[in-house]
Amino acid sequence: MALDRWIALVILMICLAYGYAAFFTMDAALPPFMKHNPIWPSTFPKILSVMAVLAALFVLLGFEKGAEDPKPMDINYRRLTDYKLGQALALLALMTAYALLLRPAGFLPATAGFLAAGACILGERKLHILLPVAALAAGVVWYLVQEVLGIFLSPWPALLTNGG
Amino acid sequence: MLDGILIGLGTAFSLTNLLMVIGGCLIGTFIGMLPGLGPMSIIAIMIPVAISIGDPSAALILLAGVYYGAIFGGSTSSILINAPGVASTVATSFDGYPMARQGKAGKALTVAAIASFCGGTIGAVLLMIFAPALATVALLFHSAEYFALMVVGLSAIAAFAGSGQVGKALLMTLLGLIMATVGEGALFNMPRFTMGIMDLQSGFGFITLAMAMFALPEAMYLILDPSRSNSGSGSGEIKDLRITREEARAIAPVIGRQSVQGFLIGVLPGAGATIASFLGYAVERNIASKAEQEQFGKGSVKGLAAPESANNAACTGSFVPLLTLGIPGSGTTAILLGALIALNVSPGPRLMVDEPQIFWAVIISMYLGNLILLILNLPLIPYIAKVLAVPRTYLIPFILFFTLMGAYIGQNNATELLILVGLGICATVLRFADYPLAPLLIGFILGSMLENNFARSMQLYDGLGFLLERPMTVGLLALAVLLVVLPSYRARRARLRAAGAADAD
Repeated sequence: MALDRWIALVILMICLAYGYAAFFTMDAALPPFMKHNPIWPSTFPKILSVMAVLAALFVLLGFEKGAEDPKPMDINYRRLTDYKLGQALALLALMTAYALLLRPAGFLPATAGFLAAGACILGERKLHILLPVAALAAGVVWYLVQEVLGIFLSPWPALLTNGG
Repeated sequence: MLDGILIGLGTAFSLTNLLMVIGGCLIGTFIGMLPGLGPMSIIAIMIPVAISIGDPSAALILLAGVYYGAIFGGSTSSILINAPGVASTVATSFDGYPMARQGKAGKALTVAAIASFCGGTIGAVLLMIFAPALATVALLFHSAEYFALMVVGLSAIAAFAGSGQVGKALLMTLLGLIMATVGEGALFNMPRFTMGIMDLQSGFGFITLAMAMFALPEAMYLILDPSRSNSGSGSGEIKDLRITREEARAIAPVIGRQSVQGFLIGVLPGAGATIASFLGYAVERNIASKAEQEQFGKGSVKGLAAPESANNAACTGSFVPLLTLGIPGSGTTAILLGALIALNVSPGPRLMVDEPQIFWAVIISMYLGNLILLILNLPLIPYIAKVLAVPRTYLIPFILFFTLMGAYIGQNNATELLILVGLGICATVLRFADYPLAPLLIGFILGSMLENNFARSMQLYDGLGFLLERPMTVGLLALAVLLVVLPSYRARRARLRAAGAADAD
């Protein structure tokens, strides 16, 4: 089965779960006075779930043929290993690590580390240029966000700013 | 209208707003030039900055400037390195790149700049004429008509964005609407579909979703396929920016025609700048003389001017449904709509009445933006083009970083970054399978408005009576059904005919 139909199947499952919640569980918590209203919180989700299930089935059952060949500018997912898949996965892992470390490590070390590690994953080896660029960029962005936009960003690790 | 123009002039010519236009155009040009980064990604990245400004006029002027700048920048990379930064400038590369290869890069950039300027300016004049008229008509609409109108808008977006695969686009639109129902809405004041997760109590963040749908998959594509970020070749010398009188005479009617056509296509929900540019190119090629037709694709100035004026006029045209009806005509204007909602501004027919300074300042700033792009960027292009020499090893981590920062600043919550990465992976997989992502975002943004108008109509008529009692609502809903069914039926018939012809062979 082609990828687009697998995706339609996954979306169908999500829509069925969504529809189940809308039809059978949501209204249980509805206060009695709302039950006289013509519209309930579940009304719109019920309509959406039915339509989405039909649309997902339409794609899943192949009523609409997809493009046979990938477009010239797009990536052929069937041959993903021909592309830089390792770099893409490593960068996704790096982004996840950045999300988890941003607060505990502080904005400046986390950002400088993210930029430097990202460039290294992509093949940059001139560390004498890379490290100052990453540190400078982190500092400039921190200054702009903190001082110009007025949004608080803890620059150093929580350990240091909380007094250990 | 004169009062409005004066209000707009007063607002747009304030020092802050002038700086916003100039800054927006320059940022847009710089980033739009980077291959692989479209206006949607750039605007998504810029939204947290715009929202933090606080003033809706200034924020919208900045974002509109970024939008124009990105389209302009996309043309430059199309011409110089045959790597369209945005889909709407793909047609620009058909004749722009051959011109650059013939040593006429300067001339090609001048033609593109003049065509863009004229397209944008004519589009802004038409917007000034059309928008107030449409807003006056839209003021007569009730919630039932609004509901139906939004359904028409969403159907049209699904029909156009799906490009022959309406089912997929419709599914994405519905998925966006479903995502909009997650969290505690204003209508019922009770959490829905949060699965007990506190971070979902306020629903999905619009900025996070915008970043995940556009900026992150774009970056993933750049990582997977290094040839897309064809950097390093933009450092060549660009000389002789002049065009001859004959060339000016040849492109003038093309620009005039394509500006009007592009604007009208831009007004249609879902059509947008990409369709306008391809259609503009095709129309001009068809009506050209036989000798000129042979030049198309080999470095024709007409072939370059047509998509450039059409795409800029279409960008302006897409502001008509946004400003007058509150319905985004494209993914980019959907992001702008989300930004306006975040700034507590409700675009729609009341915008012109309630907040004329925003409405008119945006229109005036469009003239200004086009003018600034012309006078500032043309002499600076040889220098700005140096940005194409940024190596991808530096470029990609910075794109990823700004994507993450956008989501973080928007919500000030590190969990949002994990949601961004998760949704970004889903969006990349959806792109692999050719699912259009703009309908999802537009569905998400229109979701709460659609439900609010639906609920109001249901309450007023004590049920679904409004569907029968209001003829305009019925007409609009019938149009919505036709918009979905017809393209799908046509595509199926064309396939069957093609299969029949193949069998006959």
